[in-house]
Amino acid sequence: MSTVPTVLMVEHVMGMPISLALRGRHATDDVGRAAWAETMAVLRAVDDVFSTYRPDSVVRRLDRGEITLADCPPEVQEVLALGAAAERDSGGAFSVYRPGPDGRVVLDPSGVVKGWAAERAAEPLRALDGTDFCLSAGGDLLCRTLGPDTPPWRIGIEDPHDPRRVIAVVPLGTGAVATSGTAHRGAHLVDARTGRPPEGVASVTVVADSLTDADIDATAAYAQGCEAADWLAGRPGRTGFVVWADGSTTSVCGPDAEEHAVG
Amino acid sequence: MKRIVLWFMSTLTVVTLLFGYHTSTSASGTPTSVLAQPSSDTAATSGTGDSSGSSSSAASTVTGPAADTRWGPVQVQLTVEDGTITDVTVVEYPTGNGKDRQINARAIPVLVQETLDAQSADIDMVSGATVTSEGYLESLQAALDEAGL
Repeated sequence: MSTVPTVLMVEHVMGMPISLALRGRHATDDVGRAAWAETMAVLRAVDDVFSTYRPDSVVRRLDRGEITLADCPPEVQEVLALGAAAERDSGGAFSVYRPGPDGRVVLDPSGVVKGWAAERAAEPLRALDGTDFCLSAGGDLLCRTLGPDTPPWRIGIEDPHDPRRVIAVVPLGTGAVATSGTAHRGAHLVDARTGRPPEGVASVTVVADSLTDADIDATAAYAQGCEAADWLAGRPGRTGFVVWADGSTTSVCGPDAEEHAVG
Repeated sequence: MKRIVLWFMSTLTVVTLLFGYHTSTSASGTPTSVLAQPSSDTAATSGTGDSSGSSSSAASTVTGPAADTRWGPVQVQLTVEDGTITDVTVVEYPTGNGKDRQINARAIPVLVQETLDAQSADIDMVSGATVTSEGYLESLQAALDEAGL
């Protein structure tokens, strides 16, 4: 494969690093930089609404009962609908409502928001003609490749048992990759049915057309612990990679997902 | 992979072109098409497009119609010499559309034999458990960004 010069940028928002790789026509010019600025502006606006850390965010005020859903911007309903669908599809293992420290149920749509937000934030990048991009929001990413002459993006999947290393690689032209696990933030992911961290699984990676889907499914599969790979195998259009607690791995190809040896 | 797909599409389009060519030449009264060029009729000159009355050794070029494929439009130009295709040039190829996603998103992660560091794995980005800004500096992605900046 040819080597195409790639330009990398990184900024921080929502408490996580956002990385962008660009190659092609607008990789180094003002048009590309303006698109990147727009991407970051979208993510900052999302953070104003959905942050669970900032007491003045719309979601926190909604959770405290200071405002109603009718007072919220329409994207709040959109995200809650995605969360409800994921809860249904995962048999309740995934939920945007979880028990808080004091036992009270709190609204935490973080498991839906990140992928959904990155999809929205990628719109200015999609408008860049003749330019390939790969946008990562804290380890979940989506990418695009134009034309047959450029190689697919090579996406490394982090080893959950040693986050400095890569355990698998997926070449991806256009699509999304999301990984759920607890390597960097401790046991913050729980099975909503039990309120406890899932057992047997170390990380779940999902490849799908949209990062909204990939992110939700990675979290939902992870929450199901030992059932992660079986559940994922029933999800149309998804492929995936599960690393188990004992270090063994399982590759998953959902229905309608034909294998293509890209690259 | 892409190269194979492109080659396949080109081949497909050449065939399409060859079949399609007969109709267009028939309509203009030209007696032979590239496809119908009889191998025994060596003296005959194929009246392909821009050449007229040329000798049998003259090369002529034919540009086919843009063929719609699931990857987008493909158009091929052929150079024909003595009834033999001597060159194929793709003048239009898909520049990417929504259908690309259907193909590419089926890629399956492949376990590497031994876990690798970012450099030896030759990767562009890393997907992993959510990295916080605090944890960013120790992450693989930081190493990649550093290498790129």
